[in-house]
Amino acid sequence: MLGLGADRLRADMNRLLALLFHQGVLDEQFLQLQQLQDESSPNFVSEVVNIYFHESEKLLRNLRGLLMDREFTDYKKMGIHLNQFMGSSSSIGAKRVRNVCVAFRAASEQNNRAGCLRALELLEHEYCYLKNKMHELFQLEQQRLLAAGVRYPMQN
Amino acid sequence: MARNSVVSRRWRSEKMDGFDLSPPDEQVHVLAVDDSLVDRKVIERLLKISCCKVTAVDSGIRALQFLGLDEEKSSSVGFDGLKVDLIITDYCMPGMTGYELLKKIKESSTFREIPVVIMSSENVMARIDRCLEEGAEDFIVKPVKLSDVKRLRDYMTAREFRVKNQQVGNNNNNNKRKLRESCDLSSSPPSISFSSSLLSPWPSPPSSLSSPTSPSPCLSPSPSSSSSPSPPILSYSAPCSPTTLDSPTRRLKMSSSD
Repeated sequence: MLGLGADRLRADMNRLLALLFHQGVLDEQFLQLQQLQDESSPNFVSEVVNIYFHESEKLLRNLRGLLMDREFTDYKKMGIHLNQFMGSSSSIGAKRVRNVCVAFRAASEQNNRAGCLRALELLEHEYCYLKNKMHELFQLEQQRLLAAGVRYPMQN
Repeated sequence: MARNSVVSRRWRSEKMDGFDLSPPDEQVHVLAVDDSLVDRKVIERLLKISCCKVTAVDSGIRALQFLGLDEEKSSSVGFDGLKVDLIITDYCMPGMTGYELLKKIKESSTFREIPVVIMSSENVMARIDRCLEEGAEDFIVKPVKLSDVKRLRDYMTAREFRVKNQQVGNNNNNNKRKLRESCDLSSSPPSISFSSSLLSPWPSPPSSLSSPTSPSPCLSPSPSSSSSPSPPILSYSAPCSPTTLDSPTRRLKMSSSD
């Protein structure tokens, strides 16, 4: 009975991952992260992804702060934030978020404020979607491990 | 770990039919430099899973502090007494860039021998060229993958052997036959028992480095080995082993996933 539950949850996880790959939300770098998780580092993926969320939200706040300022001219600073966001997104395999950052950066290099605002909204949307899906994934993983009868440290 | 005892341990555990390369008795100590916490976590894990000791710092300044370069120390020993075998640094960092860090290291007589690898999310030829010209060992386009780190690991292992062979060679008057015969002697320097395949296939695909079934002229008991064309292990004194890894252009990701 327990085993069946774990199997079904694993199937759900795989289906969700397949969907995210199909949608281009994630790329193979995410798989690479999963390969780095093992008994010696059983929470590696969620740890890294949680750090990513924490950093990303800071960056998004900074970006919004910059753009909301009417006298904003510091596109260079914006570029720095975007580079950071692009880098960390690419490191965890967050492909769509990264791609929006690329477009955002292009608008920023052209000093195109309207374009930047549009890109920021898209970025916030993509980031939210990614975060929700990741939470879903981690929840499934938690449930699967419980169902499989494994003791697992609970994430916050 | 004293080098001598570690090396002799490796000699005893060495297998004749393959290469007992992993896990290495003496771990490669890598100093990783990246201002991004996400990237630091990832590179740290990549390196640890590849059997490296890792020290991760968040800036070039801290890297120099760790090496003891910003103080008047003349040893390459970090604060905790661990010698740094490889430095891997991000290019784009606030304050001191990876390029500037590279220059500082290459300018130092104590540290210039340490291989420095640059990582960057930007695939820019000019940047790559500049880093290589400044003495970077390799340039990795981010995101860094396990295969990238494995390649570095194999390179470090072979480099270690090459260095040991050079030391051995200097003692043995570069006599090729003497070295080959001494393969069987327990008193011989153990490092030469490790096959040339470590040193030879620099131009060939990395997978051959890790294959345990690679041809091993040195270990082969058959007399035919003596007629094999220039087994690279015996030319350790010659500059055959390139100091650079695979051409970086091979690994340039052509952003196929974008």
